[in-house]
Amino acid sequence: MLRRTLLASAAAVAGLSGLAMADGHEPVKVGFVYVGPIGDGGWTYEHHQGLLAVQEEFGDAVETVFVESVPEGPDAERVMTQMALEGADLIFTTSFGYMDPTINVAAQFPDVRFEHATGYKQADNVSVYSARFYEGRAVQGHIAGQMTESNIVGYIASFPIPEVIRGINAAYIHAKEVNPDVEFKIIWAYTWFDPAKEAEAANTLIEQGADIILQHTDSTAPQAAAEAANEAGATVYTFGQASDMIEFAPAPRVSSIIDNWAPYYIERTQAVIDGSWESVSTWDGMDTGMVEIGEITDAVPADVKASAEAMIAAITAGEYHPFTGPINKQDGSVWLAEGETAADYGDNGLAGLNFYVEGLTAEVPQ
Amino acid sequence: MDFGSINPILLMASLMVAATPIVLAAIGELVVERAGVLNLGVEGMMIVGSVLGFVAAIHSESAWVGFLVAAVSGAGLALVFGLLTQYLLTNQVATGLALTLFGLGLAALLGQGYLGTKAPSFPDLHIPLLGDIPVIGPIVFQHDPMVYIGLAIVAGVWWFLNKTRGGLVLRAVGENHEAAHALGYHVIRTRLLAIMFGGAVAGLGGAYLSIVRVPTYAEGLTAGAGWIALAIVVFASWKPGRLVIGAYLFGGVTVLQLNLQAAGVAIPVEYLSMSPYIATILVLVIMSAGSAPGSLGKTFHASR
Repeated sequence: MLRRTLLASAAAVAGLSGLAMADGHEPVKVGFVYVGPIGDGGWTYEHHQGLLAVQEEFGDAVETVFVESVPEGPDAERVMTQMALEGADLIFTTSFGYMDPTINVAAQFPDVRFEHATGYKQADNVSVYSARFYEGRAVQGHIAGQMTESNIVGYIASFPIPEVIRGINAAYIHAKEVNPDVEFKIIWAYTWFDPAKEAEAANTLIEQGADIILQHTDSTAPQAAAEAANEAGATVYTFGQASDMIEFAPAPRVSSIIDNWAPYYIERTQAVIDGSWESVSTWDGMDTGMVEIGEITDAVPADVKASAEAMIAAITAGEYHPFTGPINKQDGSVWLAEGETAADYGDNGLAGLNFYVEGLTAEVPQ
Repeated sequence: MDFGSINPILLMASLMVAATPIVLAAIGELVVERAGVLNLGVEGMMIVGSVLGFVAAIHSESAWVGFLVAAVSGAGLALVFGLLTQYLLTNQVATGLALTLFGLGLAALLGQGYLGTKAPSFPDLHIPLLGDIPVIGPIVFQHDPMVYIGLAIVAGVWWFLNKTRGGLVLRAVGENHEAAHALGYHVIRTRLLAIMFGGAVAGLGGAYLSIVRVPTYAEGLTAGAGWIALAIVVFASWKPGRLVIGAYLFGGVTVLQLNLQAAGVAIPVEYLSMSPYIATILVLVIMSAGSAPGSLGKTFHASR
């Protein structure tokens, strides 16, 4: 309790003077809870890059701690409680499944600030933040639709949550736009991280004729599986997920979606140091750089690359919204009228999206 | 229902590949348990085998060197377990669990610099004549060599356990170590050898994941395969033949459920995801008749 008072006064002092902890007070402690290992090469890797950026930015003024491979569920609650008890001032919980645990633990520690990634439940001391990955998915779909020879795009999905469904819809709409014959085959892996299963899913899709593999799981296994298939004579292209996965360029990996969390983590840590932290809901995309598109390699034809870059520029400038009508739902009813763009929240909003768009043949698992 | 896009030949072929790591890990554990030792460190030995095998394969650019190193490192880690449980008489369950945790940590440390790299290629064998038989050829005779080595090890274990004097001694040690000791057999030596064999084969199973099946290294690569292998040994009632059936069933249903999903079959995905576990347990429980080796998990000391 003493330490908490100390920190509060430290924060106040720092807020007044603008000097972070220069007066010998304890550093601000920032905790990170990860769903996978920091070496997954994808999702968790990028969050950890954010942690390293925070440490780099603030040096001794900030102490960072992290726990990796924390299962979504009761274990997550234990880990967060432990972090809060050990004096963390700000805790980033970086997976959708930590949503309820974060809310529960936050209720017990009103003085600790929490930041939950990709969820939708906010509280006085819980911010939510996410990135508009679907903007990147639109670019992927645009490239994939033109690169596929078999007209079959394989998609390794993780859990049927809005974030993943948005990605499938965005990729499909933009693949269909450039290639009316395109078909999506979707496998739900029901895991964020299981390299063997992800590789198996990639191989299955390739065996069923897919020559483009999109993934919404965290490891590089699908990339490696595609590379092995290419060595055996196939022609399969992939896109890096969450991280650049440049090791697999120029093929199979032809581009990627990169989550750049570092600026956000630095900004929020600064807010705690300044004492100006408050609960916010952040949902940034290409415009702020939270979503980046990795280099499009030479395996992609020049005209496709040019039009993809034009799309990136339009999204970044805010001139183009990936969900612009007319778009129908899977059952044929109208979702977005001509020229209408999808709202973030509300009944048919992107935040709670739980249906496929017209043309996708599979069903969303319920 | 539309099964149109599933190619049954490719399905059967990928079944054999999917089952191989489990076959390898399970057959090693089977020998260990038949010798009366319960080693819960399979997962740890697998992952250490997967990372060291992968690193060796990258540097030597030879998958074979990778497998060799994986076997040696698996055996080395198992030897630690063996020395602790056989000479220092530690609790086998606790030591085995510790071995798994230690292995996972060690692998994460060793694998730091190798994330996202791809293993050297390990081409499939195309066995002449046999591989050209329609249907059966592509299913059975066009795999990478480790698939066949795995099956050969299972056959070898069956032959050793049932047809040789050494196998009889091993089983005697597992059934009743005091009686075996009274007859003048070296209980501890037999067990140490069994433990090292189990470790070596588990290491091979791990390396098969990182070198052939995935084929890259990522932290937590084995993702529970070692525990599945442990369960299959029990459900197969410690018999090599049933073990292969169990592992192939598990691998088969795993691959089948992915194929059904990709083909868009309207079965809820959740049922498909749990199907490998349920199918394997059901079949093996129905078949199971045998019982555990008498001295399984018990500590042996000659003075008692």
